[in-house]
Amino acid sequence: MIYLDNAATTKVKKEVLDEMLPYFMDNFYNPSSIYSSSRSVNKMVEEARSVIANSINAEKDEIYFTSGGSESDNWAIKGIALSRKNKGKHIITSKIEHHAVLETCKLLEKEGYEITYLNVDKDGLISLDELEKSIREDTILVSIMTANNEIGTIEPIKEIGEICKKHNVLFHTDAVQAYGVVDIDVNNMNIDLLSTSAHKINGPKGIGFLYVRKGVMISPLINGGSQERGKRAGTTNSASIIGFKKAVELKFNGRLENNKYIESLRDHLIDRVLSEIPYSRLNGSKDSRLPNNANFSFEFIEGEGMLLKLDSKGICASSGSACTSGSLDPSHVLLAIGLPHEIAHGSLRLTMSEDNTLEEIDYVVDTLKEIISDLRSMSPLYEDFVNKKKESVINV
Amino acid sequence: MYSDKVMDHFTNPRNVGEIENASGVGTVGNARCGDIMRIYLDIDENRIIRDVKFKTFGCGAAIATSSMATELIKGKTIDEALEITNKTVMEALDGLPPVKIHCSLLAEEAIHAALWDYATKNNIEIKGLVKPKSDIHEDEE
Repeated sequence: MIYLDNAATTKVKKEVLDEMLPYFMDNFYNPSSIYSSSRSVNKMVEEARSVIANSINAEKDEIYFTSGGSESDNWAIKGIALSRKNKGKHIITSKIEHHAVLETCKLLEKEGYEITYLNVDKDGLISLDELEKSIREDTILVSIMTANNEIGTIEPIKEIGEICKKHNVLFHTDAVQAYGVVDIDVNNMNIDLLSTSAHKINGPKGIGFLYVRKGVMISPLINGGSQERGKRAGTTNSASIIGFKKAVELKFNGRLENNKYIESLRDHLIDRVLSEIPYSRLNGSKDSRLPNNANFSFEFIEGEGMLLKLDSKGICASSGSACTSGSLDPSHVLLAIGLPHEIAHGSLRLTMSEDNTLEEIDYVVDTLKEIISDLRSMSPLYEDFVNKKKESVINV
Repeated sequence: MYSDKVMDHFTNPRNVGEIENASGVGTVGNARCGDIMRIYLDIDENRIIRDVKFKTFGCGAAIATSSMATELIKGKTIDEALEITNKTVMEALDGLPPVKIHCSLLAEEAIHAALWDYATKNNIEIKGLVKPKSDIHEDEE
C-alpha cells in the first residue's frame, strides 16, 4: 500500500507510542491529584509543555493543550469574539481557511459579528494590501492559516503579523498543516494565537494545542475544572500530551533534511505529472508551498472515480471533488483560486512523508496515467473535446 | 460506502462507448455539479433497443448507474425502457448512499433524453414520454 494522504493524518511513530504506553496503566494517575504518583505525571506533562513551547519560541505558560486543530480554531475565534465583543465585532479571515475556521465564522455571523473573507490570488495567496485595507476600528481578530491543507500554499505570515501589530489587532493562525514543517517563531512573526494538531506530525489523534500570547484575554470554550490554568477544563490527557512531545522532538530533529527529501519527491512527482499527463495543472503556489503537498487538476474527469481506481491499485489519496465531500459543490479552496467548477471537480491531492520512496512516486505516476486515460475514454466532455465541440479550459 | 454491485459496475462498466449514426442521443447533467451522462440508442423498426452505449463524466456512482441503466434497457422495447426509473436502477445496484441518489435520477433522465431525441428525429410520439427537463448546460458562473 502506498500512503499519499499525510495531510489527512499520519502514522504514529513507534517511539511515540512507546513513550505513551506507560501512561495508560502504570502511570494512569490524574495529574491534577495531590499524591506523589500524580505529581510525577504532572511533571512529565509540564516538561512536554516546555518542549512544545520551545518549538515555536513561546513560553511554557502560553501553551494550552486541546483536543486538536478543530477545537483550537474554534476556541481561538469564539474565545476572542467573546472576550473582545465590547471592543468590536469585526473579524477578518480568508476564503481558503479550513472548515473549522469558516464554519465558526459563519456561526458568529448569525450572532451579529461581521466577517470579511479575503480573496486569494491564483496561487492561493492573500493580498497584504487587501488585508490592511480591510482592518477597521472595530476589527478584533485576523485569522489566516499558515499553510493551506488542500493546495499547500504557505501564506506570508510574518508580513501579516506585522500589519496586525501595526494596527493593534490580534492575529490567529491555523498552523495545523505547517507546524513542524515551516519555521514558526511566534515573537518574530507577531502571532498572538496559533492552532496545531499532533496527528499531522506522527503524534496521536485527539491532542493539539492553542498558543495564546501572554496578556491576551480569551474566554474559555470548555468550562469546568481548573486544568490548563483555568482556560480549558477537562482531565489532562497525559498520555497523548507525552506522545505529542515525543512527536515534536522527532519532527524537529532532522527536519531540514526531511523537508529536503520530501521536497525532492514532490518535485519529481509534479514534473512527471505535468509533462506526461496532458490537460493537467498544478494547483497552488509553485514556490511558497509545503514540501509534502502536490495538488493537481485533470481536465474532462471527476475526482472520485480517480480515487477509487487509485485505491484499487493500492494508492491512498484524496480529492477536492464534490463527490468526496457529500455536497454538490467542489472544494471552496479550488473555487477561490479561480478554477471553473468542471476543473475543480477533477482534482487530486497527494501528500507525502519521509516514508515514501522515489519508486513509489514513479509507480503512482504510471498508474495515474492509465487511470486518467481510462476515465477520459468514458467521458462525454473528452469526446466533445476530441470532436472539437469543446475547448480545453484548464490552463486558460 | 458503495455496494459490491456498484463497485463492480464502476470497475467494469458495461456498454461504454459511442454509437455512430445512433437512433437517439441524450446528454443530461452539467459540469458544475460534476455529473454529465450521455446515452446513445440504436433502435430497430420494432421499437426495440438493439444496442445502447454511454459516456459519463462523474463519480463512481454516476458511472455505475450509467452502466446499470444501459444493461437494464438493452434488448427492451421503448415502452419497457420507459418503465425503468431511478428506483429500478438503484435497486439493481443494491442501493446507493443518500448523497448519490441524484446520480440515479440522472440515468433515468439520460434515457428519456435519448428517447426524446429519437422521437424528435423520427417525428413520432412516444406515449408517456415528456420533454426532458434538464438537457446539457455547461454554463459557468
